[in-house]
Amino acid sequence: MPTARDYANPVSIWINDTRQSLEGSMSVDQLLQQLAIVNPAVAVEVNRELVPRATFADTFLKQDDRVEIVTLSGGG
Amino acid sequence: MTDIHPLADDKLLSIGTRLLKSRLILGSGRYGSFREMQQCHRAAEVDCVTVAVRREKLHDSAGNNILDFLDDKIVLLPNTAGCFEASAAIRTAIMGREILERLGNPGANWVKLEVLGDSRTLLPDPLETLRATEALTELGFEVLVYTSDDPVIARKLKQAGAVAVMPGGSPIGSGQGIANPLNLQIILEQLKSDDPDYPVIVDAGLGSPADVAQALEMGADGVLLNTAVARATHPVSMAIAMKLAVLSGRLGFLAGRIDKSRYGSASTPEIGMISQNTPNDN
Repeated sequence: MPTARDYANPVSIWINDTRQSLEGSMSVDQLLQQLAIVNPAVAVEVNRELVPRATFADTFLKQDDRVEIVTLSGGG
Repeated sequence: MTDIHPLADDKLLSIGTRLLKSRLILGSGRYGSFREMQQCHRAAEVDCVTVAVRREKLHDSAGNNILDFLDDKIVLLPNTAGCFEASAAIRTAIMGREILERLGNPGANWVKLEVLGDSRTLLPDPLETLRATEALTELGFEVLVYTSDDPVIARKLKQAGAVAVMPGGSPIGSGQGIANPLNLQIILEQLKSDDPDYPVIVDAGLGSPADVAQALEMGADGVLLNTAVARATHPVSMAIAMKLAVLSGRLGFLAGRIDKSRYGSASTPEIGMISQNTPNDN
Protein backbone atom coordinates (compact mmCIF):
# COMPACT_ATOMS: atom_id res chain seq x y z
CA MET A 1 0.00 0.00 0.00
CA PRO A 2 1.24 3.53 -0.69
CA THR A 3 2.34 5.64 2.24
CA ALA A 4 1.19 9.18 2.97
CA ARG A 5 4.45 10.37 1.45
CA ASP A 6 3.66 8.63 -1.83
CA TYR A 7 0.35 10.43 -2.08
CA ALA A 8 2.00 13.77 -1.50
CA ASN A 9 4.80 13.47 -4.05
CA PRO A 10 4.26 13.88 -7.77
CA VAL A 11 4.79 10.73 -9.78
CA SER A 12 5.50 10.34 -13.44
CA ILE A 13 4.03 7.38 -15.28
CA TRP A 14 3.62 6.22 -18.86
CA ILE A 15 0.11 6.11 -20.30
CA ASN A 16 -0.10 4.45 -23.69
CA ASP A 17 3.58 5.27 -24.21
CA THR A 18 3.21 8.95 -23.28
CA ARG A 19 4.85 10.39 -20.17
CA GLN A 20 2.33 11.89 -17.80
CA SER A 21 2.80 13.54 -14.42
CA LEU A 22 0.37 12.96 -11.60
CA GLU A 23 0.18 15.25 -8.58
CA GLY A 24 0.50 12.23 -6.36
CA SER A 25 -0.10 8.53 -6.40
CA MET A 26 -3.63 7.70 -7.38
CA SER A 27 -5.68 4.62 -8.08
CA VAL A 28 -6.55 3.39 -11.56
CA ASP A 29 -10.10 4.49 -10.86
CA GLN A 30 -8.94 8.01 -10.05
CA LEU A 31 -6.69 8.08 -13.11
CA LEU A 32 -9.61 7.23 -15.42
CA GLN A 33 -11.65 9.99 -13.79
CA GLN A 34 -8.83 12.48 -14.21
CA LEU A 35 -8.47 11.50 -17.87
CA ALA A 36 -12.24 11.93 -18.25
CA ILE A 37 -12.58 8.45 -19.72
CA VAL A 38 -16.29 7.73 -19.55
CA ASN A 39 -16.25 4.84 -22.03
CA PRO A 40 -17.25 1.78 -19.98
CA ALA A 41 -15.56 -0.49 -22.51
CA VAL A 42 -11.98 -0.03 -21.40
CA ALA A 43 -9.45 -2.45 -19.99
CA VAL A 44 -6.33 -1.39 -18.14
CA GLU A 45 -2.91 -3.00 -17.87
CA VAL A 46 -0.18 -1.88 -15.53
CA ASN A 47 3.27 -3.16 -16.39
CA ARG A 48 1.81 -5.70 -18.82
CA GLU A 49 -0.56 -7.23 -16.27
CA LEU A 50 -4.31 -6.81 -16.52
CA VAL A 51 -5.88 -4.84 -13.69
CA PRO A 52 -9.30 -6.44 -13.16
CA ARG A 53 -12.02 -3.82 -12.99
CA ALA A 54 -12.93 -4.94 -9.47
CA THR A 55 -9.50 -3.82 -8.29
CA PHE A 56 -9.36 -0.42 -10.06
CA ALA A 57 -9.98 1.40 -6.78
CA ASP A 58 -7.28 -0.52 -4.88
CA THR A 59 -4.55 -0.44 -7.51
CA PHE A 60 -2.28 2.55 -6.96
CA LEU A 61 0.13 3.82 -9.56
CA LYS A 62 3.84 4.19 -8.78
CA GLN A 63 6.65 6.13 -10.39
CA ASP A 64 7.46 4.84 -13.91
CA ASP A 65 4.52 2.45 -14.07
CA ARG A 66 3.56 1.67 -17.63
CA VAL A 67 -0.19 1.90 -18.08
CA GLU A 68 -2.09 0.70 -21.12
CA ILE A 69 -5.70 1.81 -21.51
CA VAL A 70 -7.48 0.02 -24.35
CA THR A 71 -10.94 -0.19 -25.82
CA LEU A 72 -12.68 -1.84 -28.75
CA SER A 73 -12.20 -0.50 -32.24
CA GLY A 74 -12.85 -1.60 -35.79
CA GLY A 75 -11.01 -4.63 -37.06
CA GLY A 76 -11.25 -7.77 -39.12
CA MET B 1 -34.38 -37.09 -47.31
CA THR B 2 -37.33 -35.19 -48.74
CA ASP B 3 -34.95 -32.55 -49.79
CA ILE B 4 -36.93 -29.81 -51.39
CA HIS B 5 -34.86 -27.32 -49.39
CA PRO B 6 -31.73 -28.82 -47.80
CA LEU B 7 -30.89 -25.51 -46.09
CA ALA B 8 -33.99 -25.95 -43.95
CA ASP B 9 -32.42 -29.13 -42.58
CA ASP B 10 -28.97 -27.60 -42.24
CA LYS B 11 -27.32 -27.44 -38.86
CA LEU B 12 -26.44 -24.12 -37.29
CA LEU B 13 -22.77 -23.28 -37.34
CA SER B 14 -21.43 -24.62 -34.05
CA ILE B 15 -18.19 -23.09 -32.77
CA GLY B 16 -17.02 -24.07 -29.31
CA THR B 17 -20.00 -23.63 -26.99
CA ARG B 18 -21.82 -21.25 -29.32
CA LEU B 19 -24.20 -21.58 -32.25
CA LEU B 20 -24.33 -19.06 -35.07
CA LYS B 21 -27.24 -18.68 -37.47
CA SER B 22 -25.14 -17.07 -40.17
CA ARG B 23 -22.09 -18.67 -41.75
CA LEU B 24 -20.85 -15.22 -42.64
CA ILE B 25 -18.73 -13.38 -40.07
CA LEU B 26 -17.92 -9.76 -40.88
CA GLY B 27 -15.29 -7.41 -39.55
CA SER B 28 -15.76 -3.89 -38.25
CA GLY B 29 -12.71 -2.20 -39.76
CA ARG B 30 -11.99 -0.05 -42.84
CA TYR B 31 -15.56 1.13 -43.42
CA GLY B 32 -16.21 4.68 -44.55
CA SER B 33 -18.17 5.27 -41.35
CA PHE B 34 -19.62 3.41 -38.39
CA ARG B 35 -23.07 4.01 -39.87
CA GLU B 36 -22.09 2.30 -43.10
CA MET B 37 -20.60 -0.58 -41.12
CA GLN B 38 -23.85 -1.05 -39.24
CA GLN B 39 -25.84 -1.01 -42.48
CA CYS B 40 -23.58 -3.73 -43.88
CA HIS B 41 -23.92 -5.89 -40.78
CA ARG B 42 -27.68 -5.56 -40.93
CA ALA B 43 -27.88 -6.13 -44.70
CA ALA B 44 -25.75 -9.27 -44.40
CA GLU B 45 -27.76 -10.45 -41.35
CA VAL B 46 -24.64 -11.50 -39.50
CA ASP B 47 -24.74 -12.52 -35.86
CA CYS B 48 -20.98 -12.41 -35.24
CA VAL B 49 -18.61 -9.50 -35.89
CA THR B 50 -14.90 -9.18 -35.20
CA VAL B 51 -13.53 -6.22 -33.26
CA ALA B 52 -10.02 -5.08 -32.43
CA VAL B 53 -8.51 -4.08 -29.08
CA ARG B 54 -6.71 -0.77 -29.38
CA ARG B 55 -5.49 2.05 -27.18
CA GLU B 56 -8.18 4.42 -25.99
CA LYS B 57 -7.84 7.88 -27.50
CA LEU B 58 -7.06 10.05 -24.51
CA HIS B 59 -7.90 13.40 -26.07
CA ASP B 60 -10.90 12.62 -28.25
CA SER B 61 -13.50 11.09 -25.98
CA ALA B 62 -16.26 13.09 -27.71
CA GLY B 63 -15.90 10.98 -30.88
CA ASN B 64 -18.32 8.26 -31.92
CA ASN B 65 -17.97 4.99 -30.06
CA ILE B 66 -18.03 1.93 -32.29
CA LEU B 67 -20.16 0.15 -29.68
CA ASP B 68 -23.06 2.46 -30.50
CA PHE B 69 -23.07 0.96 -34.00
CA LEU B 70 -22.82 -2.71 -33.08
CA ASP B 71 -26.30 -4.13 -32.51
CA ASP B 72 -26.84 -5.71 -29.10
CA LYS B 73 -27.61 -9.15 -30.45
CA ILE B 74 -24.27 -9.43 -32.23
CA VAL B 75 -21.67 -11.74 -30.72
CA LEU B 76 -18.42 -9.82 -30.71
CA LEU B 77 -15.29 -11.73 -31.61
CA PRO B 78 -12.28 -9.79 -30.32
CA ASN B 79 -9.17 -10.25 -32.41
CA THR B 80 -5.46 -9.99 -31.74
CA ALA B 81 -4.77 -8.33 -35.07
CA GLY B 82 -1.38 -6.74 -35.44
CA CYS B 83 0.33 -8.90 -32.81
CA PHE B 84 3.69 -10.31 -33.87
CA GLU B 85 4.41 -12.39 -30.79
CA ALA B 86 2.41 -14.84 -28.73
CA SER B 87 2.84 -12.80 -25.54
CA ALA B 88 1.29 -9.67 -27.09
CA ALA B 89 -1.58 -11.73 -28.52
CA ILE B 90 -2.25 -13.28 -25.12
CA ARG B 91 -2.29 -9.88 -23.38
CA THR B 92 -4.58 -8.49 -26.07
CA ALA B 93 -6.95 -11.43 -25.71
CA ILE B 94 -7.06 -11.01 -21.94
CA MET B 95 -7.92 -7.32 -22.27
CA GLY B 96 -10.54 -8.06 -24.90
CA ARG B 97 -12.15 -10.59 -22.59
CA GLU B 98 -12.19 -8.08 -19.76
CA ILE B 99 -13.99 -5.52 -21.94
CA LEU B 100 -16.54 -7.98 -23.31
CA GLU B 101 -17.27 -9.36 -19.85
CA ARG B 102 -17.94 -5.81 -18.72
CA LEU B 103 -20.32 -5.38 -21.67
CA GLY B 104 -22.02 -8.68 -20.93
CA ASN B 105 -21.33 -9.80 -24.51
CA PRO B 106 -21.41 -13.56 -25.11
CA GLY B 107 -18.19 -13.38 -27.11
CA ALA B 108 -16.22 -12.72 -23.91
CA ASN B 109 -14.38 -16.03 -23.86
CA TRP B 110 -13.86 -16.02 -27.61
CA VAL B 111 -10.78 -14.80 -29.38
CA LYS B 112 -9.86 -14.61 -33.01
CA LEU B 113 -6.19 -15.35 -32.58
CA GLU B 114 -3.92 -13.75 -35.12
CA VAL B 115 -0.14 -13.73 -34.66
CA LEU B 116 1.61 -12.34 -37.69
CA GLY B 117 5.08 -13.24 -38.88
CA ASP B 118 5.63 -10.81 -41.72
CA SER B 119 4.52 -7.22 -42.00
CA ARG B 120 4.40 -7.12 -45.79
CA THR B 121 2.44 -10.26 -46.57
CA LEU B 122 0.66 -10.26 -43.19
CA LEU B 123 1.10 -14.02 -43.20
CA PRO B 124 0.86 -15.65 -39.78
CA ASP B 125 3.76 -16.91 -37.68
CA PRO B 126 2.92 -20.59 -37.26
CA LEU B 127 5.13 -21.19 -34.22
CA GLU B 128 3.92 -18.18 -32.24
CA THR B 129 0.35 -18.94 -33.31
CA LEU B 130 0.63 -22.49 -31.99
CA ARG B 131 2.15 -21.31 -28.68
CA ALA B 132 -0.57 -18.71 -28.21
CA THR B 133 -3.30 -21.23 -29.06
CA GLU B 134 -2.04 -23.58 -26.35
CA ALA B 135 -1.69 -20.81 -23.77
CA LEU B 136 -5.08 -19.21 -24.44
CA THR B 137 -6.86 -22.57 -24.43
CA GLU B 138 -5.22 -23.22 -21.06
CA LEU B 139 -6.58 -19.86 -19.86
CA GLY B 140 -10.13 -20.92 -20.74
CA PHE B 141 -10.50 -19.11 -24.04
CA GLU B 142 -12.28 -20.59 -27.02
CA VAL B 143 -9.69 -19.91 -29.69
CA LEU B 144 -10.70 -19.33 -33.31
CA VAL B 145 -7.32 -19.31 -34.92
CA TYR B 146 -6.25 -17.57 -38.09
CA THR B 147 -3.59 -19.56 -39.90
CA SER B 148 -2.06 -20.05 -43.31
CA ASP B 149 -3.40 -22.70 -45.68
CA ASP B 150 -0.75 -25.19 -44.50
CA PRO B 151 -2.51 -28.48 -43.67
CA VAL B 152 0.08 -29.61 -41.11
CA ILE B 153 -0.08 -26.51 -38.95
CA ALA B 154 -3.88 -26.49 -39.30
CA ARG B 155 -3.97 -30.00 -37.82
CA LYS B 156 -1.62 -29.05 -35.00
CA LEU B 157 -3.75 -26.03 -34.11
CA LYS B 158 -6.81 -28.23 -33.85
CA GLN B 159 -4.87 -30.65 -31.65
CA ALA B 160 -3.74 -27.72 -29.49
CA GLY B 161 -7.36 -27.02 -28.61
CA ALA B 162 -8.55 -24.41 -31.13
CA VAL B 163 -12.36 -24.51 -31.38
CA ALA B 164 -12.13 -23.43 -35.03
CA VAL B 165 -9.30 -23.30 -37.52
CA MET B 166 -9.46 -20.38 -39.93
CA PRO B 167 -7.08 -20.73 -42.86
CA GLY B 168 -6.53 -17.70 -45.05
CA GLY B 169 -7.38 -18.10 -48.72
CA SER B 170 -4.59 -15.62 -49.53
CA PRO B 171 -2.94 -12.71 -47.69
CA ILE B 172 -5.19 -10.54 -45.51
CA GLY B 173 -6.96 -7.83 -47.47
CA SER B 174 -5.44 -8.95 -50.78
CA GLY B 175 -8.68 -9.96 -52.48
CA GLN B 176 -6.84 -12.80 -54.22
CA GLY B 177 -9.41 -15.41 -53.28
CA ILE B 178 -8.45 -19.01 -52.56
CA ALA B 179 -4.91 -19.15 -53.90
CA ASN B 180 -4.38 -22.83 -53.18
CA PRO B 181 -7.66 -24.74 -53.29
CA LEU B 182 -5.78 -28.04 -53.00
CA ASN B 183 -4.42 -27.09 -49.58
CA LEU B 184 -7.84 -25.93 -48.41
CA GLN B 185 -9.34 -29.22 -49.58
CA ILE B 186 -6.71 -31.17 -47.66
CA ILE B 187 -7.32 -29.09 -44.53
CA LEU B 188 -11.06 -29.72 -44.77
CA GLU B 189 -10.58 -33.45 -45.27
CA GLN B 190 -8.03 -33.85 -42.48
CA LEU B 191 -9.74 -31.74 -39.84
CA LYS B 192 -13.15 -33.21 -40.53
CA SER B 193 -12.23 -36.83 -41.22
CA ASP B 194 -13.21 -38.08 -37.75
CA ASP B 195 -15.07 -34.95 -36.73
CA PRO B 196 -17.29 -33.73 -39.61
CA ASP B 197 -18.73 -30.79 -37.68
CA TYR B 198 -15.33 -29.36 -36.68
CA PRO B 199 -15.52 -25.78 -37.96
CA VAL B 200 -13.13 -24.63 -40.66
CA ILE B 201 -13.67 -21.02 -41.63
CA VAL B 202 -11.89 -19.30 -44.50
CA ASP B 203 -10.64 -16.11 -42.95
CA ALA B 204 -8.61 -13.94 -45.24
CA GLY B 205 -8.01 -12.85 -48.80
CA LEU B 206 -11.48 -13.40 -50.22
CA GLY B 207 -12.46 -10.62 -52.59
CA SER B 208 -15.67 -11.49 -54.41
CA PRO B 209 -18.92 -13.40 -53.96
CA ALA B 210 -17.48 -16.09 -56.26
CA ASP B 211 -14.58 -16.62 -53.82
CA VAL B 212 -17.03 -16.94 -50.95
CA ALA B 213 -19.26 -19.37 -52.80
CA GLN B 214 -16.20 -21.43 -53.73
CA ALA B 215 -15.15 -21.73 -50.07
CA LEU B 216 -18.60 -22.86 -48.97
CA GLU B 217 -19.01 -25.20 -51.94
CA MET B 218 -15.75 -26.88 -51.00
CA GLY B 219 -17.19 -27.59 -47.58
CA ALA B 220 -15.84 -24.75 -45.47
CA ASP B 221 -18.26 -24.05 -42.61
CA GLY B 222 -18.18 -20.30 -43.06
CA VAL B 223 -16.15 -17.30 -44.10
CA LEU B 224 -14.83 -14.26 -42.31
CA LEU B 225 -14.65 -11.10 -44.40
CA ASN B 226 -13.77 -7.51 -43.79
CA THR B 227 -12.00 -5.65 -46.59
CA ALA B 228 -14.00 -7.32 -49.38
CA VAL B 229 -17.13 -5.65 -48.05
CA ALA B 230 -15.79 -2.52 -46.38
CA ARG B 231 -13.72 -1.43 -49.38
CA ALA B 232 -16.18 -2.38 -52.11
CA THR B 233 -17.43 0.54 -54.18
CA HIS B 234 -20.89 -0.07 -52.70
CA PRO B 235 -20.33 -1.85 -49.38
CA VAL B 236 -23.98 -2.48 -48.50
CA SER B 237 -24.66 -4.07 -51.90
CA MET B 238 -21.55 -6.20 -51.47
CA ALA B 239 -22.68 -7.24 -47.99
CA ILE B 240 -25.91 -8.54 -49.51
CA ALA B 241 -23.99 -10.22 -52.35
CA MET B 242 -21.77 -11.97 -49.80
CA LYS B 243 -24.75 -13.15 -47.78
CA LEU B 244 -26.26 -14.65 -50.93
CA ALA B 245 -22.92 -16.19 -51.91
CA VAL B 246 -22.71 -17.91 -48.53
CA LEU B 247 -26.22 -19.29 -48.94
CA SER B 248 -25.54 -20.27 -52.53
CA GLY B 249 -22.24 -21.98 -51.75
CA ARG B 250 -23.60 -23.78 -48.71
CA LEU B 251 -26.66 -24.96 -50.60
CA GLY B 252 -24.44 -26.09 -53.46
CA PHE B 253 -22.30 -28.06 -51.01
CA LEU B 254 -25.31 -29.70 -49.38
CA ALA B 255 -26.95 -30.40 -52.72
CA GLY B 256 -23.88 -32.29 -54.00
CA ARG B 257 -22.50 -31.13 -57.30
CA ILE B 258 -22.17 -33.39 -60.35
CA ASP B 259 -18.88 -35.05 -61.18
CA LYS B 260 -16.72 -33.40 -63.80
CA SER B 261 -16.33 -35.28 -67.07
CA ARG B 262 -14.05 -34.88 -70.04
CA TYR B 263 -16.87 -35.29 -72.59
CA GLY B 264 -20.33 -33.89 -73.19
CA SER B 265 -23.43 -35.54 -71.85
CA ALA B 266 -26.67 -34.55 -73.57
CA SER B 267 -29.38 -33.22 -71.34
CA THR B 268 -32.01 -33.75 -74.04
CA PRO B 269 -32.77 -37.38 -74.93
CA GLU B 270 -31.56 -38.63 -78.33
CA ILE B 271 -34.46 -41.05 -78.73
CA GLY B 272 -36.97 -39.78 -81.28
CA MET B 273 -34.50 -37.52 -83.05
CA ILE B 274 -35.24 -37.00 -86.78
CA SER B 275 -32.79 -38.52 -89.33
CA GLN B 276 -29.58 -36.64 -90.01
CA ASN B 277 -25.83 -37.15 -90.48
CA THR B 278 -23.71 -36.52 -87.37
CA PRO B 279 -20.03 -35.45 -87.43
CA ASN B 280 -18.75 -38.70 -85.91
CA ASP B 281 -20.51 -41.01 -88.46
CA ASN B 282 -17.86 -43.25 -90.12
